[in-house]
Amino acid sequence: MWRRSASFILDQRYQHDAASTSKPETLSLSPPQTESSHMAASVEPFNQNPNPKISAYYQTRAAHTGVVTPDWLAQAQAAVGRQTEDLPLPEPDLKESDSGKSFSVIQEFDNWRKQPDLAEAVAAIRALAAVIRASEATTMMELEIELKKASDSLKSWDTTSISLTAGCDLFMRYVTRTSALEYEDFNSARSRLIERAEKFGEISYKARRIIAMLSQDFIFDGCTILVHGFSRVVLEVLKTAAQNKKLFRVLCTEGRPDRTGLRLSNELAKLDVPVKLLIDSAAAYSMDEVDMVFVGADGVVESGGIINMMGTYQIALVAHSMNKPVYVAAESYKFARLYPLDQKDMAPALRPIDFGVPIPSKVEVETSARDYTPPQYLTLLFTDLGVLTPSVVSDELIQLYL
Amino acid sequence: MDARRASRAVIDPKVRHVGFFAPGANPLPARAQNNPPCSSSPPLAESPAGNSLSPVMIPLPRHPSDRTPAVPVPETGLRRQGNDHVPVGSYNPLESLLGSSPVPSSPSARIGMADGEFSEESDGWYRLNDSRKYASNLPDTTPDKAPDNSASTSAPPGLEKSKKSAKVPEKSEKAVVQVQNETQSSLKPLKAKTTKAERRAMQEAQRAAKALTKGEKHTYTHTAEGNKSAAVSRGAVPSKPLKQPSLKKDAPPVASSIAASDKKGGDRPPEKERKKDVPPPRMQFDDKSRVEKAKRRAVFNQLEARNRVELFRHLPQYEHGTQLPDLESRFFQLDPVHPAVYKVGLQYLARDISGGNARCIAMLQAFKEAITDYSTPLQKTLARDLTAKISSYVSFFIECRPLSISMGNAIRFVKSRIAKLPLTLSESEAKAALCSDIQRFINEKIILAGKVIVGHAVTKIRDGDVLLTYGSSSVVEMILLYAHEMGKQFRVVVVDSRPKLEGQSLLRRLVSKGLGCTYCHINATSYIMHEVTRVLLGAASVLSNGTVYSSVGTASVAMVAHAFHVPVLVCCEAYKFHERVQLDSICSNELGDPEAIAKVPGRTDVSYLNNWANKGNLQLLNLMYDCTPPDYISMIITDYGMIPTTSVPVIVREYLRDHLLI
Repeated sequence: MWRRSASFILDQRYQHDAASTSKPETLSLSPPQTESSHMAASVEPFNQNPNPKISAYYQTRAAHTGVVTPDWLAQAQAAVGRQTEDLPLPEPDLKESDSGKSFSVIQEFDNWRKQPDLAEAVAAIRALAAVIRASEATTMMELEIELKKASDSLKSWDTTSISLTAGCDLFMRYVTRTSALEYEDFNSARSRLIERAEKFGEISYKARRIIAMLSQDFIFDGCTILVHGFSRVVLEVLKTAAQNKKLFRVLCTEGRPDRTGLRLSNELAKLDVPVKLLIDSAAAYSMDEVDMVFVGADGVVESGGIINMMGTYQIALVAHSMNKPVYVAAESYKFARLYPLDQKDMAPALRPIDFGVPIPSKVEVETSARDYTPPQYLTLLFTDLGVLTPSVVSDELIQLYL
Repeated sequence: MDARRASRAVIDPKVRHVGFFAPGANPLPARAQNNPPCSSSPPLAESPAGNSLSPVMIPLPRHPSDRTPAVPVPETGLRRQGNDHVPVGSYNPLESLLGSSPVPSSPSARIGMADGEFSEESDGWYRLNDSRKYASNLPDTTPDKAPDNSASTSAPPGLEKSKKSAKVPEKSEKAVVQVQNETQSSLKPLKAKTTKAERRAMQEAQRAAKALTKGEKHTYTHTAEGNKSAAVSRGAVPSKPLKQPSLKKDAPPVASSIAASDKKGGDRPPEKERKKDVPPPRMQFDDKSRVEKAKRRAVFNQLEARNRVELFRHLPQYEHGTQLPDLESRFFQLDPVHPAVYKVGLQYLARDISGGNARCIAMLQAFKEAITDYSTPLQKTLARDLTAKISSYVSFFIECRPLSISMGNAIRFVKSRIAKLPLTLSESEAKAALCSDIQRFINEKIILAGKVIVGHAVTKIRDGDVLLTYGSSSVVEMILLYAHEMGKQFRVVVVDSRPKLEGQSLLRRLVSKGLGCTYCHINATSYIMHEVTRVLLGAASVLSNGTVYSSVGTASVAMVAHAFHVPVLVCCEAYKFHERVQLDSICSNELGDPEAIAKVPGRTDVSYLNNWANKGNLQLLNLMYDCTPPDYISMIITDYGMIPTTSVPVIVREYLRDHLLI
């Protein structure tokens, strides 16, 4: 919005003359990184971030859930360039910060992350458990500091992943609340923490089951459900509904660019659920026949809104204007203490988009991979805490973190 | 523009009542009931009900405060016992998922301490009641009810006690009221089992207690029914500690919607205390008799304005600027009002001190001085006499200028602190404790809170932003300066309005620090708004429906911002939150000097309204505050973090109950 501000642009021009003239150049995908970077940051802070780095989150996501093959990803990475040396970059210096230990949280996390059915938060917590196991701390305080370091490095490794951050926060919260005093000694407290972390995976799987159970009452016979993107929770919900012999129809959006919708329609077809595939832009066209919209979430934020795959917002808007309920299925470990005010108020998660044809270098590509849906467009959230209205999310977060 | 919360298509979802419901109606773990196994699906082990582990389960913090109450509480063992076994309420944090739980300031812990104080007064009674309460709260108490019964209904000792205590004024009167209510409330469940003699004894006790309290009954504005509910609430107090175990949501529900009779009053402080705590800011000035009464008590006489605005007759409308010289001349006279208080009052009157935080701090500092100089008169107790003193100071302040909500909260804090002083403290100790409490309130709730807010708010300022602010808010100013220090590139639009033109002083300070600013009047809001990216507003108070009560003009700025899809951030310390709900700006407001809007300073040619006061059919309205509906507000930044407007009641419920705040 501020770009419309004539006065501001004028100010900018006065401040650094060259800035406004060189602005078009910063729009290209790979700008000269050195001297114009300051200007690029100050002039075009968010939407034209020239850094082509793919959000790490979306790499595994693509590998797990996309029809996209890994070699496509590799190609894409090669196309954007600089990718390969960019990614492992944070690891070495993090290892150094771990003071030469044979083991790094990040690696551990990466290993866990590779397992397809494991949520990212679970992987993070498993990694933190490994930190506890490897640590030589003898007091709770030491352990806490060590864990804090580890979780900070995890979080900074991939700032775009909300559930990673939330998972780390959650576990840290648990650690700070577990005091050795409650147990006989430090060792039992420690083993309790580890046990807890081990269990977390199972718990998160259970959470998915709970959500599936809760949502069954909302799926009635003969309904049509619009689904956007691939979400394990949503799949679980639909699977359970199918197992309960409910008769319903699913409309899947294609889910560009990683085509996650194709994957979901595959899975549903296996379950003998009637599925129809739509291109993403057909959401409004087919909203008439839809009875409810089901989406997953990357993160549920303090306002009660969700951050999810690109396109969720527009579907929610369309559904809202046609008075169709929008249901979100999300585990409670995705609740994050974030409060985006608008779409650009988040750390952008970038991912390359394959248009099938070469794009001229002067054309800018919006590579952000997710959007923020404000709470007023959501009807209910199905979480393992129960079925919540969006306003309760903040309540829960306040209870949890304050 | 959509309302923030659109109407829901789903009417009857299976909602786990988190925020607004009263637990404890049934002592079973209510989660099981809230989410009954759906008929269509086979009951699963991992259904949300019951004890399934959850991803984010966190154990209760074992906070010292619930181990060792500050005041020695008799029967702690008993309570603790109850704590460990009785699953009260719907939400058992042990099985909750985000099962966190508060934390040092846990309200229920405080309540535990609060009745610890009571129990010192009426110890024997208390024990009985407590145990009975405890028993009746258990789900299956039929077997052990009988012994308890006989213990509690054996009225004679209690009666004796109540009669004895009649000699000691007020303080124990409270206890007696309690006694009465206890007996009253105990009657119901026990009716079937009491024998005739017992019942008679009880009635007698009741009657005696009633006779004692009759004197002050007239202060209750409520009807008999209201009285009863208050009574019930008092009766319910001792049962609170039972709920302590869960420590959290099911601790007395603030926003309970279920009208379980003992819940109904349970969350409210006893009616009487309430009356005492709240300074009467809501006096209706169109009520002749009350105005007369107030006048008789007043320190000085305000001259009533002649052309009073009809719609606002319920608010005080006085001639402005006439009292100051008179009052100033009386500064050195011996007066019931402490000089420090007097000085601050005069400053309020002259509007030398304005702004919510400044006024509140000045008042608290004056109280501190007054408390330091205070000495208890003979045959009086510090707690009672000092409270009365503070009340008289407060009414003096009100005469000078109606209290702001933040001041009301601070006063409630001071009074509850005085009331909660342990009796064992000597006078000097008590005074020192109070002073340090007040100082802590200033430091933590006002100054530190401001810093925390600044920390939160700067995360929302990006390079290239254009921030709009209205009027002059101290917190917003701090935010802007801090963001500037951090090197963020942004511009500020200061919107101002007549007659106060507070924005100009803000503008001067900002410009002197090197910020790029634009200044315009509120008439130009809609013109300037299209280039704004964030609106930062201060607030006098945030009410529990999310309404922001702030200086007049804020609402229209917020409305324009909303229309332009610009996010509106309201910065407000949590101590300014209030549980009141207000829908318009008429019921409760403050009227400024009408002369101020009639005259334009520096423009002698604008003289059309020169002797407006003589025109009977002309009334000038200079409103000071307005209410911004929650729909226009994107976010409220408090010291507890950034919250949506819908979470204000959560903050009020979790942190601001009991007016303890610290």
